[in-house]
Amino acid sequence: MSILLFIESENNKLKRNVAEIASYGVALADKLKKDCVAVSFNADNPRELGQFGVSKVFNVTNTPQQFDAHVYASVLTHYVASLGVTHIIVSSSADAKFLAPLIAANTNAAYVPNVVALPHEHQPLTVKRTAFTNKAFANTTLTAEVNIIGVGNNAFGTVEQAVDCVVENVTVEHTASHLEQVSISKETGKATIADADVVVSGGRGLKGPEHWHLIEELAEVLDAATACSKPVSDMGWRSHDEHVGQTGKPVSTNLYIAIGISGAIQHLAGVNASKVKVVINNDPEAPFFKAADYGIVGDAFEVVPVLTEKLKAFKAQS
Amino acid sequence: MNILVCISHVPDTTSKINFVESDTQFDTSGVQFVINPNDEFGLTRAIWFKEKQGAQVHVIHVGTAAADPTLRKCLAIGADKAFRIDIPATDGMQVAKELAAFISANPYDLVIAGRESIDYNGAMVPGILAALLDIAFIPNCVGLEIDGNYAVAEREIDGGREKLKGSLPMVIGGQKGLVEEADLKIPNMRGIMQARQKPFEVVNSKGSENPTKDVLFEKSAPKAEVKLVPADDIDQLIELLHKEANVI
Repeated sequence: MSILLFIESENNKLKRNVAEIASYGVALADKLKKDCVAVSFNADNPRELGQFGVSKVFNVTNTPQQFDAHVYASVLTHYVASLGVTHIIVSSSADAKFLAPLIAANTNAAYVPNVVALPHEHQPLTVKRTAFTNKAFANTTLTAEVNIIGVGNNAFGTVEQAVDCVVENVTVEHTASHLEQVSISKETGKATIADADVVVSGGRGLKGPEHWHLIEELAEVLDAATACSKPVSDMGWRSHDEHVGQTGKPVSTNLYIAIGISGAIQHLAGVNASKVKVVINNDPEAPFFKAADYGIVGDAFEVVPVLTEKLKAFKAQS
Repeated sequence: MNILVCISHVPDTTSKINFVESDTQFDTSGVQFVINPNDEFGLTRAIWFKEKQGAQVHVIHVGTAAADPTLRKCLAIGADKAFRIDIPATDGMQVAKELAAFISANPYDLVIAGRESIDYNGAMVPGILAALLDIAFIPNCVGLEIDGNYAVAEREIDGGREKLKGSLPMVIGGQKGLVEEADLKIPNMRGIMQARQKPFEVVNSKGSENPTKDVLFEKSAPKAEVKLVPADDIDQLIELLHKEANVI
């Protein structure tokens, strides 16, 4: 009886979120006294998972180099049967949310995404997850033979506990791909909203796209991803890819800095899984002040350049 | 081309979220229900295929009669026929199995659902459905073209986009970007009148079971009051973020 971890990689490098998935899976395995087995795909160095307590990795080498949900689902379905898997742990990345429903169908599993902690009961298995786009939590039971837990990004954290990790490079018979990749576009070297520790986000208060250098310069100092509110993407000031909120991308980062964003309920729903929220707005009545941890009532055009300069100095000496 | 759009019936995005019956049920009193926004982008794209490529557009919902006005709205927007599978929906696997049984008996070239519903955020119905039907699935879809027997779709990935091609039939998980917000269809009086004449069928459920169950809801803990920092004392903010919040 095993717990199976889906380990994500990109260009053969383990993705950042594997640390959290490994930590969660190992903690659950300890609690249930089960084995924890990781499956990676074409990864260069899956042994790094040993840092987080994973002692066994099957590294599948005969699948397409790029993520392919249908193929990966067929491989993981094979492992569910051959290892007698009872729990599968996946992240909440775009790829994991593509993959997990396919495995759920193949194995007739119970699947709950956006889980924020280890299960608090095991008979029946019960997890706490976000619901109503972060406006509430649901405690949900999973009662199938195979249960898939999708861990909310940055919800559990990482636990380092180095062990020896044995990697077995394997080939697994799998279905043919259902889809052909035509192209992929991705900014390299830039932090993404999904995996950055800090997100700097701008709203209508910035008055126009020509002022976005304020957001970008602050983001650069903090190694942050840039984001925007819905009106900003609707007006075409910034690309849809940057829209965060209920109908945009979810944000669950360590630090979210909202500049010139009033904080409509839909925006707050999308970002309030972030640990620390800072708002800079000239309107003291802006609803965001009720949701934020720290706030500055002030003119973004004056405050943000000073903040950027001072952070630069702070980073230089620390 | 026959398109089926799966519709979820969700609380309006501005709704206050409360629970009743010892926090085991969502409190629907005073809540305005709408077409799930992610589904609405898909429906509008489907209507576009109807107008430009002569597609037939059907909508389907798994749930109780409470959603009937939402389905009527879909007809008023331009869908040709509505179905409702009559079973209270409680779990993504259950909903997907009900849809899969319906689609196996009534095949479509393209099935469009939303990326996720904005109430339970499961993001699993279209994927499970595709796998049950053993056809291709593309989630987080922000662009979709149909050319003869195949579809080319763009999906949002973390930090970028991926364009994928596959043959029909296929399941799409749509979202904002599939059409622009400004292009969303709003029912006009003529559409509303026509909707009354359009076929609306209630389908018996096959009684799929739900492997997950929400047993208790909790609201987020009340937030501590914001700490305001004077605009001319940025050093204090940096100090707080560094020493107190520990995030820089």
